[in-house]
Amino acid sequence: MNQRRTAYGIAGGLLLVLIIASIMIGAGMFTDSAVASMPPASVEPQALTANIVMQQDDSKPPASTADHSQFEELQQEFATGPEVTAACLRCHTEAAAQIHETLHWTWEYVNPDTGQELGKKNVINNYCVAIDSNEPRCTSCHVGYGYANDEFDFTSENNVDCLVCHDTTGDYKKFPVGAGHPVYETKEFPPGSGKMWEPLDLANIAQNVGATSRNTCGACHFYGGGGAAVKHGDLDPTMANPSYELDVHMSPDGENFTCATCHVEDSHSVSGSRYQAIGKDTHGVDLPASDGNPATCESCHGLRPMQDEQLNDHVDQIACQTCHIPTYAREMQTKMWWDWSTAGRKDAEGKGIVEKDDNGWVTYDTKKGDFVWEKNVTPEYIWFNGTVTYTNLEPFADGAETVPINVLHGGPDDPDSRIWPVKLFKGIQPYDSGNNTLAVPHLFGKDENAYWKSYDWGLALEAGMAAYGADYSGEYGWIETEMLWPLNHMIAPKEQAVSCESCHEDGLLDGMEGVYMPGRDHNELVHNTGVGLAWLAVVGIVVHGGFRFRNGRKNGKNGEK
Amino acid sequence: MIENNGSQKVYVYKRYNRVWHWIQAIQIALLGITGFEIHGSFSLFGFERVTKIHDITAWSLIFMVAFTIFWYFTTGEWKHYVPSGEKASVHLRYYTLGMFKNEPHPGKNKELSRLNPLQRFTYLGFKLLIVPVMVTTGLLYMFYNDLPAFGINLSLEFVAILHTIGAFALLSFFLVHVYMTTTGQTVFTNIKAMITGYEEIEVVEPEPAAGD
Repeated sequence: MNQRRTAYGIAGGLLLVLIIASIMIGAGMFTDSAVASMPPASVEPQALTANIVMQQDDSKPPASTADHSQFEELQQEFATGPEVTAACLRCHTEAAAQIHETLHWTWEYVNPDTGQELGKKNVINNYCVAIDSNEPRCTSCHVGYGYANDEFDFTSENNVDCLVCHDTTGDYKKFPVGAGHPVYETKEFPPGSGKMWEPLDLANIAQNVGATSRNTCGACHFYGGGGAAVKHGDLDPTMANPSYELDVHMSPDGENFTCATCHVEDSHSVSGSRYQAIGKDTHGVDLPASDGNPATCESCHGLRPMQDEQLNDHVDQIACQTCHIPTYAREMQTKMWWDWSTAGRKDAEGKGIVEKDDNGWVTYDTKKGDFVWEKNVTPEYIWFNGTVTYTNLEPFADGAETVPINVLHGGPDDPDSRIWPVKLFKGIQPYDSGNNTLAVPHLFGKDENAYWKSYDWGLALEAGMAAYGADYSGEYGWIETEMLWPLNHMIAPKEQAVSCESCHEDGLLDGMEGVYMPGRDHNELVHNTGVGLAWLAVVGIVVHGGFRFRNGRKNGKNGEK
Repeated sequence: MIENNGSQKVYVYKRYNRVWHWIQAIQIALLGITGFEIHGSFSLFGFERVTKIHDITAWSLIFMVAFTIFWYFTTGEWKHYVPSGEKASVHLRYYTLGMFKNEPHPGKNKELSRLNPLQRFTYLGFKLLIVPVMVTTGLLYMFYNDLPAFGINLSLEFVAILHTIGAFALLSFFLVHVYMTTTGQTVFTNIKAMITGYEEIEVVEPEPAAGD
């Protein structure tokens, strides 16, 4: 009878434990209602996105209050892009002046923290290296017309290109080697490809201008580095109409964001900078007041964005992107390696070679050397506080094996730093072996110095360095370089976020020192002492038990009745 | 020497005592298994699930401990843990020498003195040292990110190390404790007592209960 009661007691007790656990879960001890007991900073309005994003609804009139096709200024034939701009500026009188202040126009940026002069005009990278002397090719992504050399007039209002950002027809295209102009007469590009570029119906395009879109921004930003998916890894043409799995925010099946939904502009100046990034947004939601960095995740999601408080306890050291971009280039391969040193190889007839892989992606080009592409790449991880410095012409040490194109600053003890995912882009490029600096080649042009004309690195570097304004020793060599790209896009559905196990058990962040990660880290002394203690207990038990057994046998059974 | 026919059934463990003991046993075993997975000793539940189980079990244990303290003080059961100071050496001698010679156990389990001096000392240490250390460091671990707001600045590694030291101490206690249950009259006497509440003990002469 007593035993049965005991059994009931134990069963009841276990039930009690389960009930308590359920009550605690139900009471939200492990979910966000516990926020109430957190410091005030954590009490943030959440999910404001619904207020910000206006979904297109066909049953309503257009969101814009102006139908540009009714404007007399636009009802004319336009021969050139600048003529369109002149028409735009008759109403939008301050637009060009605003553009003139932006990085999209100046291609110049002085980092206020480091004093470094950056922007496309100054940065030397390991893709096409630098702008100087190569303008007409590179400036097909300048938000202007005619930036063909360093004498371009940056005060010209009519040379601002309104259409490249505000086209809604999808017809507007700048000619790849036109210094920012579209074609005004039929041209072939690439030469010999048979691909003809026809003059555009600029009037129709002008009459249909509207807000920027994934397509307009993507026309340049999805093609950085000279082709689709080359540069970023998290921005490529698949982001123009991304699946929900590729990007939950930008997918029409998700929030259908445009780039500008996050990269909020102010007087045409677009927020979100790679030259001076935000490692950790401690301001949180940008409504009602912005901290000036509306493109951060926290600007919409707040400082404790997840339902699980244990996950929220990670955000001081782990950037959102680290878990929510498990891999990048998920649907289109991105360039991971670019070896300029192998460029210049020609076939028996002295013609250029283009080799492609099974998917049709170029792996060798006489003009550019060898490429390696990768799809669905696991990022590298790095402590990053938002400060970036570039090597540019800074001399590096004699015998340096790898030269960083840029350095992302930060560390585990820096309160502004978090662990960020980055694309690591490597390559081999020419350098000034006399001065131990990176070197700028003159690649594009019809003159004999252009590498893509004469395939003579000596001439190309001499001309390129002169255009860049660098002191060139006259001697060059080849050096391996690395460039880091913080990843921000291609946010996967939360079910596909990096799992707890990936870092705590499976070693995804094994390279990240300076932070104590349960599961990965433990103190060896404590561990070994503890294991020793436990074994000592086991040995003691075995010895004690052995004595009992032996003496029990000798003296008769212990506890014999 | 004592004849075994002097044994009698004595009710030593009250019902709540037994229920609480086994629930706590399950909780601590679960905390041990999940804790050492979090420590990195093996992979069983997976990190996400194992931390959840560990946390929920920890909260249930904290609740249980709080309620049991309440029970101890309202029922007077706490007196079992007051160190008697006497005869600890006698018990130590028994477990290290006497029991191998089939000497009788020096202590008599009975109401209000069911724990012998060695047990009192061990369990008091368990309750006053190991459990408070584990609960305190566990809570510091759980609310680590909120500590600075309360003016507490500890490194997570420090908290984790203290919690781990406690865990290893607990592991050793657990091993020896389980082994010690086999040192009764028969191997299962003590476990049976903790289930039924009754223990067959050998009676020599009445002894005054400590603390009375």
